[in-house]
Amino acid sequence: MSFDFNVITDNIDYLMQGLRYSLQVTLVAMIGGVIIGTVLAMMRLSSNKIFSTLATIYINTFRSIPLVLVLLIFFLFGPKITGIPISANQSAYITFTIFEAAYYAEIMRAGIQSISRGQTFAGFAVGLNYFQTMRYIILPQAFRNVLPILLTQTVILFQDISLVYAIGATDFLGAADKLNQRDFKPIELYLFVAVVYFILCFSLSRLVKRLQNKIAIIR
Amino acid sequence: MSSYHWDWSVFTQIADDDRFYYQWLIEGLGWTCKVAVCSFFIAFILGSILGIMRTTENKILQFISNVYVEFFRNIPLIVQLFLWFHVVPEIVPENLGTYIKQDVPAWFLAIIGLSLFTSARIAEQVRSGIMTIPSGQKMAGLALGLTEWQTYLYIRIPMAYRIIMPTLTSESMNIFKNSSVTFAVGVLEVFFYGKQIIEKTAQEYEILTAVALIYIFVALCANIIMSLIEKYTRVPGFIAKGSK
Repeated sequence: MSFDFNVITDNIDYLMQGLRYSLQVTLVAMIGGVIIGTVLAMMRLSSNKIFSTLATIYINTFRSIPLVLVLLIFFLFGPKITGIPISANQSAYITFTIFEAAYYAEIMRAGIQSISRGQTFAGFAVGLNYFQTMRYIILPQAFRNVLPILLTQTVILFQDISLVYAIGATDFLGAADKLNQRDFKPIELYLFVAVVYFILCFSLSRLVKRLQNKIAIIR
Repeated sequence: MSSYHWDWSVFTQIADDDRFYYQWLIEGLGWTCKVAVCSFFIAFILGSILGIMRTTENKILQFISNVYVEFFRNIPLIVQLFLWFHVVPEIVPENLGTYIKQDVPAWFLAIIGLSLFTSARIAEQVRSGIMTIPSGQKMAGLALGLTEWQTYLYIRIPMAYRIIMPTLTSESMNIFKNSSVTFAVGVLEVFFYGKQIIEKTAQEYEILTAVALIYIFVALCANIIMSLIEKYTRVPGFIAKGSK
């Protein structure tokens, strides 16, 4: 057994391109997911039966289907429904945004529910309408309360990007896998991927923990 | 979209191995359940041990358990599976490596990978379960003359399990979903077979619908079973209401 790390140094650009793609999808899916998720959470908590049922169906469906299956469904159906050719790499952006929205929605719901109802009534009492109450009173507090959980979910999301393997997109793992198929150096490539993932996710979750302690003091 | 030819009879078409395609899916469901249930069982035991280790006052045990949990939590599941399949056989002594590559079935390594991944998450839950028990209970146990380990065995662990039942429920549903990732290392579970049938028949709408329904059904079953257990084990006053 001997290690040959040339395969990594020679192809570092390709691997980093894959990592950048992973990070980009994470960022897009986080922003999109939180926005859609917040809307879904508001719908789910609304007194309108139709809205809350729709949101519940959306959230429960996506939470009970495995991500690999959702990726495949969107990858195969997307081009057919829209009529535009969508590559695996592009389809992942849409899939993760829509899929993660269901998870973010549950987190945002917990956040909104952590604010006492009295504040909503107070908002109405001073003459704000529903959206103003949400925008200026409830959501900012809810958001701050669940920020650590949102970020933890984002770290999980970043790890889950590696599942685009199912549709053959070139994320960080996909890049390593494609290099492995060409050069057959599984030890070096997969260990490298594992180490980079570990360092990134470990430091991110440490940061989240520090943030959590900070917020805990403020409250 | 309009040109798609719907044909639900695809499931009763005969595949290459003289079986019907729906039999493929049923076999896949069998593997999904086997892999998920075995992994959950192992993960539960391992996770409990590690979770308890993290709450002890022994610094070495804490350290080992912390390293373990951080390691398995911060690497994606699919990368972990690749490590078990492609890296471990190469770095162990050659005889063992050849044995793993030739004679150890894919599902066995997949169960190892999935259970170690899940055990780290269960360890976290067990730890937080034990931490939520008021320390007075432990002290009361010590005052009665129990040893530290006896307080774990008779007081804190039974309580902790009953407190973390809702999170264990969602973990049991997660493990069924996560078992779909094992397709990447060649375990013949539902998703793997679904992909195969799509490649062979090109009837993706029907097959993806069927596979999705199978997963929803499995998740529902796991949820029902676990919430029954939850109902009987709930500690009054500790959990308001079991979360779904």
